[in-house]
Amino acid sequence: MSKKTIREALNEALRQEMARDGQVIILGEDVAGGHGGTGVIDAYGGPLGVTKGVIGEFGANRVIDTPISESAIMGAAAGAAATGLRPVAELMFVDFMGVCFDQIFNQAAKFRYMFGGKTKTPMVVRTTIGAGMRTAAQHSQCLYHMFTSVPGLKCVMPSNAYDAKGLLIEAIRDDDPVIFFENKLLYDLACDVPDESYAIPFGEANVVREGGDVTIVAFSRMVHIAEEAAKTLAAEGISVEVIDPRTTSPLDEETILDSVEKTGFLVVVDESAARCGMAADIAGLVVEQAFDALRGPIIQITPPHTPVPFSPPLEDAFIPTAGAVCDAIRKLLK
Amino acid sequence: MNLGNNILLDAYHRMKSIREFEERIHVENTTGEIPGFVHLYAGQEAVATGVCLQLRDSDYIGSTHRGHGHSIAKGCDIKAMMLEIYGKKGGLCAGKGGSMHIADFEKGMLGANAIVGGNPPLVIGAALTAKVKGTDGVAVSFSGDGASNQGTTFEAMNMAVVLKLPVVFIFENNGYGEGTGCDYAVGADSIAKRAESFGMPAVSVDGTDFFAVEAAAREAVTRARTGQGPSAIEASAMRFYGHFEGDPQAYRSADELAELRKTGDCLKIFRARVEKDQLVTADALDQIDREVADLIDEAVDKARKADFPTSDDLLTDVYVSY
Repeated sequence: MSKKTIREALNEALRQEMARDGQVIILGEDVAGGHGGTGVIDAYGGPLGVTKGVIGEFGANRVIDTPISESAIMGAAAGAAATGLRPVAELMFVDFMGVCFDQIFNQAAKFRYMFGGKTKTPMVVRTTIGAGMRTAAQHSQCLYHMFTSVPGLKCVMPSNAYDAKGLLIEAIRDDDPVIFFENKLLYDLACDVPDESYAIPFGEANVVREGGDVTIVAFSRMVHIAEEAAKTLAAEGISVEVIDPRTTSPLDEETILDSVEKTGFLVVVDESAARCGMAADIAGLVVEQAFDALRGPIIQITPPHTPVPFSPPLEDAFIPTAGAVCDAIRKLLK
Repeated sequence: MNLGNNILLDAYHRMKSIREFEERIHVENTTGEIPGFVHLYAGQEAVATGVCLQLRDSDYIGSTHRGHGHSIAKGCDIKAMMLEIYGKKGGLCAGKGGSMHIADFEKGMLGANAIVGGNPPLVIGAALTAKVKGTDGVAVSFSGDGASNQGTTFEAMNMAVVLKLPVVFIFENNGYGEGTGCDYAVGADSIAKRAESFGMPAVSVDGTDFFAVEAAAREAVTRARTGQGPSAIEASAMRFYGHFEGDPQAYRSADELAELRKTGDCLKIFRARVEKDQLVTADALDQIDREVADLIDEAVDKARKADFPTSDDLLTDVYVSY
């Protein structure tokens, strides 16, 4: 056990799984970097450094730098998965799904059902999400809600290093296609992470903080916004329960419903989308299945229905804040 | 290289099976018993057959929406295919895929694919598996002239060259992408030349000439199997039917279709060649004709009588575990 960042935890998970299983490969743009250049190999080690050093340990036959060809990367991963490998493909930014979504949602996601259950597609797509890095509209979205709505895909979004390692190991061992969403702003966040290998099952929410007055469901980086709000409100005598579902597909409905049964109030903090996003999805679930327990309206705290803006004050106004969560809860409980 | 008698009879059996299968579906489709879209491969049989004769069950192919021919040539069970096309229990995909998604991984058939340009990225993945595992497996992508214009195809060809993958790209130029002629939609003189520009050997062959396809495919598959990387083949053969069954084909003249049946029929061309050169006997070919006709009769009969899946089947096999 030692303190590890999410970046380090993911790197460790990849190395441990690649050492355990020779069928695990990594492919993507600059997962090593440097091929064909005048400098060194492993110049990048992944666009954000997650796969650094892995090529040195496992070689270029299993850590495969590709051209900037997202459809070919996703398709190659799906085709390799269906024929006997366990690829971990990297989609540098989730925004780039626009150029390769067919290979994910029409191909990989459909194989098992469309072919009558005869095949497995054990692939992982690691991708990055999240606003806050001043990277503007095409490098800042969350978009996990779009993948969550596709049957056949599993969607995972860790909020801390412990979960990141255990969930990535689970994802690699899983026999279905898994989209693994890493928030860019969380890579350097550290916590205690066991050195040994371990897996965290999908569909089991983490109750980050127990409380009795109001339930917050939050995803990825928004879990930290929710915790910050919970701390502030605790000082005011409001007891907040914070739930991190960790996976949106499958979704641990029971933990959310049980919490709302207890508190009677629900706030969802979600960076994915103002419309048809995870907040709306969770709200729909609770209205349908725990309507009688509700003692007030469900509050959805999301970005506005706009693209992610570039200019710092605009982007800051775009991202949900702990202050906004506190205000909403104070108003709700008044 | 002279092909032995057995190989020629095998080739004829596959080609005749495809033709009979497609001609029969053309007829049965009008009864209303076949749900959804069907796209027939008749006219192009020599391409699928000439290529798949080079492959083992452990080699993979990716196919298109017009995939019956590739499936049969790769060895998929014909009765199970027919059940699938009728949407019945016992179909190759349990009735969940249909005509456009026939797959049989045990036979190396990675799936017909209803997205034009959908299979090339997947096929390079199958080739990547062979490369990473160090087997001598080969993967073949069948695409049409339509898919030759898709970005996914370009990406897959480039990556196959970059990673030196054991893959063969077959471009079946059947003259039309849906209802638009390839002379209009393919902005190059030759699909093969375009493939060549990605850095791989590429040839154009007459896709109605089984012997030409077979020779080109043998060379390309051998190249892949021996670690020499990807190749491409453009094989030209017009389709006998429309883009889909029910397509009135107003974009083609009646003369074109009549002439095609007369001079562009790969089965007639094959038969004339092997009889003239006395490679196989007419009796042996006639015998295959009868066997195949019986088989297709049985397949249709079985499919018509089979049960549909039940509502319980709706929810199964979305995931391995969930």
